[in-house]
Amino acid sequence: SLQTNHPLELKSSIVSAASQLSILACRQFIRCMGYEATRKNMKINSSTKVICQGFTGKQGTFHSKQAIAYGTNMVGGVSPKKAGTTHLGLPVFKDVSEARQATGAEASVIYVPPPFAAAAIMEAIDAEIPLVVCITEGIPQQDMVKVKKRLQQQDKTRLIGPNCPGIILPGECKIGIMPGHIHMPGNIGIVSRSGTLTYEAVHQTTNVGLGQTLCVGIGGDPFNGTNFVDCLEVFLNDPQTEGILLIGEIGGGAEEKAAAYLAEHNTGPDAKPVVSFIAGLTAPPGRRMGHAGAIIAGGKGGAEEKIAALRDAGVNVTLSPAEMG
Amino acid sequence: QAKRNLSIHEYLSLGLLKEAGISTPIGDVASTPEEAYNIAKNLSTTDAVVKAQVLAGGRGKGHFTSGLQGGVKIVYSPDEVKEVASQMLGNQLITKQTGEKGRICSKVLVVERKYVRREFYFAITMERGTETGPVLIGSAQGGMDIEAVASNTPEAILKEYVDINKGCSEAQALSLAKRMGFTDANCQQAADCILKMYNLFISKDATLIEINPMAEDSEGNVMCMDAKLNFDDNAAHRQKEIFSLRDWSQEDERDVQAAKADINYIGLDGNIGCLVNGAGLAMATMDIIKLHGGTPANFLDVGGGATADQVMEAFKLITSDQNVNSILVNIFGGIMRCDVIAQGIIQAAQQLDLKIPIIVRLQGTKVEDAKALIAQSELKILTCDSLNEAAKMVVKLSDIVGLAKEASIDVKFELPI
Repeated sequence: SLQTNHPLELKSSIVSAASQLSILACRQFIRCMGYEATRKNMKINSSTKVICQGFTGKQGTFHSKQAIAYGTNMVGGVSPKKAGTTHLGLPVFKDVSEARQATGAEASVIYVPPPFAAAAIMEAIDAEIPLVVCITEGIPQQDMVKVKKRLQQQDKTRLIGPNCPGIILPGECKIGIMPGHIHMPGNIGIVSRSGTLTYEAVHQTTNVGLGQTLCVGIGGDPFNGTNFVDCLEVFLNDPQTEGILLIGEIGGGAEEKAAAYLAEHNTGPDAKPVVSFIAGLTAPPGRRMGHAGAIIAGGKGGAEEKIAALRDAGVNVTLSPAEMG
Repeated sequence: QAKRNLSIHEYLSLGLLKEAGISTPIGDVASTPEEAYNIAKNLSTTDAVVKAQVLAGGRGKGHFTSGLQGGVKIVYSPDEVKEVASQMLGNQLITKQTGEKGRICSKVLVVERKYVRREFYFAITMERGTETGPVLIGSAQGGMDIEAVASNTPEAILKEYVDINKGCSEAQALSLAKRMGFTDANCQQAADCILKMYNLFISKDATLIEINPMAEDSEGNVMCMDAKLNFDDNAAHRQKEIFSLRDWSQEDERDVQAAKADINYIGLDGNIGCLVNGAGLAMATMDIIKLHGGTPANFLDVGGGATADQVMEAFKLITSDQNVNSILVNIFGGIMRCDVIAQGIIQAAQQLDLKIPIIVRLQGTKVEDAKALIAQSELKILTCDSLNEAAKMVVKLSDIVGLAKEASIDVKFELPI
């Protein structure tokens, strides 16, 4: 305490205060680096244990069935009102932490309706689930801003979405709503803000025989858990990924940031080829094109700027959505 | 889910500010010239401003179908208020944002004219970048086009980021007020006003509060002369009161129809109608049409779980646009089953007696069933597996129909299959 008058004590307390400060600074640093450290949690595989929040609902049931059929290692689900029962042959738990304790779940997929979805994500963060995939569309903006703040202050949980198709490691693990059969194990990493446009890209890479290493749909909302850069880091560090396909759209500045990241980290003889398509060249300014985040506002977020930025970073940008593969 | 982010009339926005304890010019809203006259008579001054309540930017420079120039008029007597109101009410106001049809003016706001000493710009919105959260934006250059200020003198735009979990502190509000250049005597008043607006922004799930101008009047009071408020559609379930303020008469008829059918539709100027599932693919479909030399007539996303009825509604929307010469349906079935879409297309083509060519490109879940349904229907619907080919074809057909229309030939497409 600084209330004492003794010079020596005063000195030591100043020192301890100073060292506390440096610990604080350190923590601050960890906080900044912390969430980025969870990027690796996107590296799922066939043994990744997955639970489902909103398990017994219509969406949760339908897509969990599909995931099980695809071979995803589903180990249970959460549904407070039906805790203790079984659903699709799997145990139902009252909350995420109970499910994590009982099953050792490493990933959770959320099909909870929009008014309750942010709370569901928070619950998964509390339980320190390494990978949380939120499919729900229509979460209020303020709720997601709070979730995003929370994410940035921890280093255990990685969130993908919301308003996204999910993540898939072809042939091994499907977490989300994408049609499994269009995928094929291969060597392309795909990241996209869109749903069906991603399927289009996946389909094309499958048809030309390239296949995919990992496909991540980061979602169309302005406030989300994972961005292009997060996925690019995973792809650049993954030896199996030989090429990258980045599918962007109008609105925000995520594509420009991706371009800057690539210009810095994807150079030299080992640089991986990156192909991109940006949707919305024909979109009128000031109108929200379906996705909450897809709007050209105040002269910003237009497709031309994004395409130029990516081309400057050495990315091969195609203007035709039929030629992504 | 349709995303349009509710915007409400100025008088309602000002009402919300007033309710939150923020000073606004004295006045009221009128639906008839007589009401306008009475409001003006009760003001403490004879100088008043009559503002057309139309949801569009550029009101000041717009014109009415009655011939009146300007949607915001400065007047000097209650009689003049009545006269101006009568030329606004019941007429369409045409501005650079409304298109040539304009929008109906059903109400006018009559307020006392304030003699302001200085004008500021103030706004609150959500920042998408690294400083995720609410951001307060201020500028000493109020009363003018803020986008021009931002591009010509970016340093004149001041920002204050707020941690949504902590809220806006008085110190932050004061700091911004000082930086904006409020006089020392008025800083506290301005900060108080900023705090109240922040609380309103949070409590009502607003996505934008924009005050231009926020002013110091000749008596040294800080007040909001104008207000533009937008709200988060995703929060409609917990902001029922706010969302009951929507004025459907201010929206494009087709937008209203689309909203009711829960379809994302945006009308454009081209002549190729598009029906797509997913917003990203819908934009990409517009892009590929353009790439092949055509122009899209609309953006239309039927969503992830569309029913046959929704597809029918979507066709109604597309074909209500007289400029549409041909239609491209592009569906990648994920959750959505292609056979459901096919049923919708067949139903629409039969019931609406569609005469323009339809190109259908389906991929994904149940695509074979869908193709079989279309083939059995004996309707002249062209199917195509490749997106590229489909886009090329729809552009060509649109050109043919366009030529036929110009020559006033009634073409009904009988395509050999």
